[in-house]
Amino acid sequence: MHIKSQKDFASGLVYTIIGAAFAYGATSYTIGSAARMGPGYFPLLLGIILALIGSVVLFQSLAVETPDGDHIGGWAWKPLTYIIVGNLLFGILLGGLPSIKLPAMGLIIAIYGTTVVVSMAGDEFKLKEGLILATVLSVISYLAFIMLLKLQFPVWPTFISG
Amino acid sequence: MELFNNLALGFGVAFTFQNLIYAFIGCMLGTLIGVLPGIGPVATIAMLLPATYALPPIAALIMLGGIYYGAQYGGSTTAILVNLPGESSSVVTVIDGYQMARKGRAGPALAAAGLGSFFAGCVGTLILAAFAAPLTEVAFKFGPAEYFSLMILGLIGAVVLASGSLIKAVGMIVLGLLLGLVGTDVNSGVARYSFDIPELTDGIGFITIAMGVFGYGEIIANLSKPEDQREVFTGKVTGLFPTKEDFKNMTPAVLRGTAIGCMLGILPGGGALLAAFAAYTIEKKTKLRPGEVPFGQGNIRGVAAPESANNAGAQTSFIPLLTLGIPPNAVMALMVGAMTIHNIQPGPQVMTSNPELFWGLIASMWIGNLMLVILNLPLIGMWIKLLTVPYRWLFPAIVLFCAIGVYSTNNNTFDIWLVGAFGVIGYGFIKLGMEPAPLLLGFILGPMMEENLRRALLLSRGDWTVFVTRGLSASLLAVAAVLLIVVMLPSIKSKREEAFVEE
Repeated sequence: MHIKSQKDFASGLVYTIIGAAFAYGATSYTIGSAARMGPGYFPLLLGIILALIGSVVLFQSLAVETPDGDHIGGWAWKPLTYIIVGNLLFGILLGGLPSIKLPAMGLIIAIYGTTVVVSMAGDEFKLKEGLILATVLSVISYLAFIMLLKLQFPVWPTFISG
Repeated sequence: MELFNNLALGFGVAFTFQNLIYAFIGCMLGTLIGVLPGIGPVATIAMLLPATYALPPIAALIMLGGIYYGAQYGGSTTAILVNLPGESSSVVTVIDGYQMARKGRAGPALAAAGLGSFFAGCVGTLILAAFAAPLTEVAFKFGPAEYFSLMILGLIGAVVLASGSLIKAVGMIVLGLLLGLVGTDVNSGVARYSFDIPELTDGIGFITIAMGVFGYGEIIANLSKPEDQREVFTGKVTGLFPTKEDFKNMTPAVLRGTAIGCMLGILPGGGALLAAFAAYTIEKKTKLRPGEVPFGQGNIRGVAAPESANNAGAQTSFIPLLTLGIPPNAVMALMVGAMTIHNIQPGPQVMTSNPELFWGLIASMWIGNLMLVILNLPLIGMWIKLLTVPYRWLFPAIVLFCAIGVYSTNNNTFDIWLVGAFGVIGYGFIKLGMEPAPLLLGFILGPMMEENLRRALLLSRGDWTVFVTRGLSASLLAVAAVLLIVVMLPSIKSKREEAFVEE
């Protein structure tokens, strides 16, 4: 057995697993009948369809020849990590984490934290540049979201603003 | 004439000072973000959507319309000047537009795109206004079976026109449908797939998915490529206006493009992309005038025709959304989400229950188009400056605004965790060659499809043949089947692949 398209093989696998998982999950809800559909009916149907589609894709990836093997290639771990961590950091700083008793730091500190961390995802990173960018973005965000759109954000850390 | 009364009502709404300002802000913001390379209209709209939360519904929709046109126009600007299509429908614009820019004729190319789009937008708006009323009548005859079949047709149409593998795109739709089911089932009150997380019982926010998959996913993918040699034509945009000769060449192209765009745009599946391709192909088939530049080397018709076509298509693709409540493409799916946030359920009832909103929106589309021409052409220098902003400053800003945007939707940090997860998933999709647009469409349609399927089968007492025994429903399904078969025919299949690869 030889995989002829790596990308299709992986996506076929993803479809099959997710489809099966949804279908399995659906069985814990009432299925009902076509005339009286329970909450599990439609997801069960779709889950099975997705799993079938997945197996067709899987089959194709083994049967249909591709010129270059459709390699997935390396994963860009660096941008992936920094961007996702930066994003999570925004949530943590903005809202705090009650589970570890971290107080909410508010919008401005969250912007600094996120901008600097996300900037590290790029090829060249200079801390000074990141801080300047964060300052600019803080001003813009404050003017646009707080002053103009009046969105409800904690702006400053709770221990300062109370 | 009823049409003119309706349009007058619409313009009465749209021409208030407040709404004009919102249309203006929308166009500006849309262009601002749309011009940035690597951000398509879907990500742009998702990112700017929170900015409309605080507005009254009409103003919000008008602003969103402006954002949409701005984003599209910004996309063409990037296509012409940087050789980077900001969105799939400006892929063909790149071919001749970039060549024109390299020859120092970026100005006329941008003007041709702008003027062509404006003309197409005017025609598209008129067609939309004219067709909306009769189509709404038809929509009222639709039962649940017809709606279900129509959604099938819409989803099939969407993948048929998408590039890449057909079966994988269908898989993405089904995956989207399933994700759309997460949350409390309206009929039984059962929280499905929520894993006892209270935030998930309300379902996954579509903005969260759109921003995670289209925003974060794309940024990660962009960053993983080495920074390519981008050639930006900043100093060379002189002489904005096309010459007389240019006008002579582009006028018929604009007319043809508009006609093609209007027709294909109505098709479920959203024909903007197909329209652009078809328009370009037709121009290529027509004879060159003596002394005209060949296609692929900077022919102005190669810019004017596809740009007119995609704008006309963008306009008429509002028809299925506004009359039937069914979004034909990912952008329209976002509009549905936006409408629901403002407590408007898109569909035939909008026109009767909310005529000022309906016609106001249509009128503001035209105003949005006009604004793009009178604003953006003179401001082109400013947009070009934006293109020179290095990507290493842009992407942190985009990530930040996405995070702020998802948080502001519910004022809940849970959405921020979720958008991060969808960012990883979105990057995975790109790595595995799975197109995310059908997913978003399926996601929006999921609950609607389930509801209509449930009702149709309840009425037929569980008899599945109801979908083929009712005439209208059967013909909709037949069209969907024909579409699928046609695309799978070997000869068409190779043509389709060729079209997406070659251009």
